[in-house]
Amino acid sequence: MRQSYEKELETLRQEILRMGGLVSQSIEDAVQSLAKQDEQLAKKVIAGDDAIDQMEVDIEDRCMVLIARQQPMARDLRIIGTGLKITTDLERMGDHAFDIAKVTVRLANQPLIKPLVDIPRMARMAQKMLTDSLEAYMKMDIALAEQVCLADNEVDDLYQQVFRELLTYMMEDPRTIGQATQLIFVGRYLERIADHATNIAEWVIYLVTGQRLRKK
Amino acid sequence: MSDKISINKLSLFYGDTQALKKVSFAVRKNSVMALIGPSGCGKSTCLRTINRMNDLIENVRIEGEVMLDGVDVYHPDTDVVMLRKRVGMVFQRPNPFPMSIYDNIAYGPRVHGVKDKTVLDGIVEKSLTGAALWDEVKDRLKQSAMGLSGGQQQRLCIARLLAVDPEVLLMDEPCSALDPISTMKIEELIAELKEKYTIVLVTHNMQQAARVSGETAFFLSGELVECGDTDTIFTRPQDKRTEDYITGRFG
Repeated sequence: MRQSYEKELETLRQEILRMGGLVSQSIEDAVQSLAKQDEQLAKKVIAGDDAIDQMEVDIEDRCMVLIARQQPMARDLRIIGTGLKITTDLERMGDHAFDIAKVTVRLANQPLIKPLVDIPRMARMAQKMLTDSLEAYMKMDIALAEQVCLADNEVDDLYQQVFRELLTYMMEDPRTIGQATQLIFVGRYLERIADHATNIAEWVIYLVTGQRLRKK
Repeated sequence: MSDKISINKLSLFYGDTQALKKVSFAVRKNSVMALIGPSGCGKSTCLRTINRMNDLIENVRIEGEVMLDGVDVYHPDTDVVMLRKRVGMVFQRPNPFPMSIYDNIAYGPRVHGVKDKTVLDGIVEKSLTGAALWDEVKDRLKQSAMGLSGGQQQRLCIARLLAVDPEVLLMDEPCSALDPISTMKIEELIAELKEKYTIVLVTHNMQQAARVSGETAFFLSGELVECGDTDTIFTRPQDKRTEDYITGRFG
């Protein structure tokens, strides 16, 4: 009985990693679509969101069934509890990728007010945080998880920079307000994605140690 | 809250075999302590030291202290009959006396000298109510206790303890012979009883320990491996052996 239980727990972990992979790809495609004004790619991201949402539901169901049937304890319980939380974080990140792709569609037929530099940089950082947090989850690597938590500050700083820069564009030329606002939203979505990656890293620390990382 | 029971460096030997190895822990007043561990780990032996049930077994030798309200129960001056009145015990299989429900409950108070019928009636009702059995048996108090279901018999045994006004209730796998509904009733009862009494519960059922106890002690081969908040023991045990046991990866 315990062998199949352990297999189920491992499957749960694999499913979370698979969902993480999908979300990561979705974020990458969304940002690419925006930078290259590629509407087709954006529509692919938008269409793919349902699959991510469905994965969240499946993972939640899997967790519920494990709780009901196995009465998990200790680390097993933490695998399932953190599974429920991580899947929510991933789903939200997927939503933000979806939101960014929507911006691409909205801006599809207008020239960009400026070449995008900081937003792709933010995107790379946020994405690295996600892949690192997933790797930390896969390897139960606390040191890597801690690095992810630290990286969040850099993304926050970069977001402030993006915000200020776009604000100056808007002050100089009110015709940019529409697009600049959309781009500020994108910055905000990326900043949120980084926050969710941080959450995942914190859950990894809890999963491994049973201790909460104190929020600063 | 103060410690009702305090066990200090308790060792127990059955002849040459050491069943408990310098076990130390305390049970707070009005709390439920669950003792868990695999068969033969010493948890029941430990439970039985608290009201000296091990005295009945030959070749038992004890070292260390078992303090009840700060007094060692193994002190030569201890009145064992009084001790067992203060510290009652419920066993794995319900063991009602082959007499009426009423007489089962009145037995203890009568032994302790209560003769007045009105007083006895009061004790019977109060004890059965306290054991959540009154409503089910109030119309058949004169019938034999042997006709009750297993779960009702077990609650009758708890009522029989309550009749002599104890302070501590020791329960040795009280639900292991009961069906799930009766088990649930006993667990509910334990939650109520802890308001008035201090309870030490031995259980093989880890979910039961997790549901009903405030603190849990994990025994292995006569050693107390870990003792602490039930919440902590079942979510983040400190010792790998505890983790292996409660997650079912033992051995």
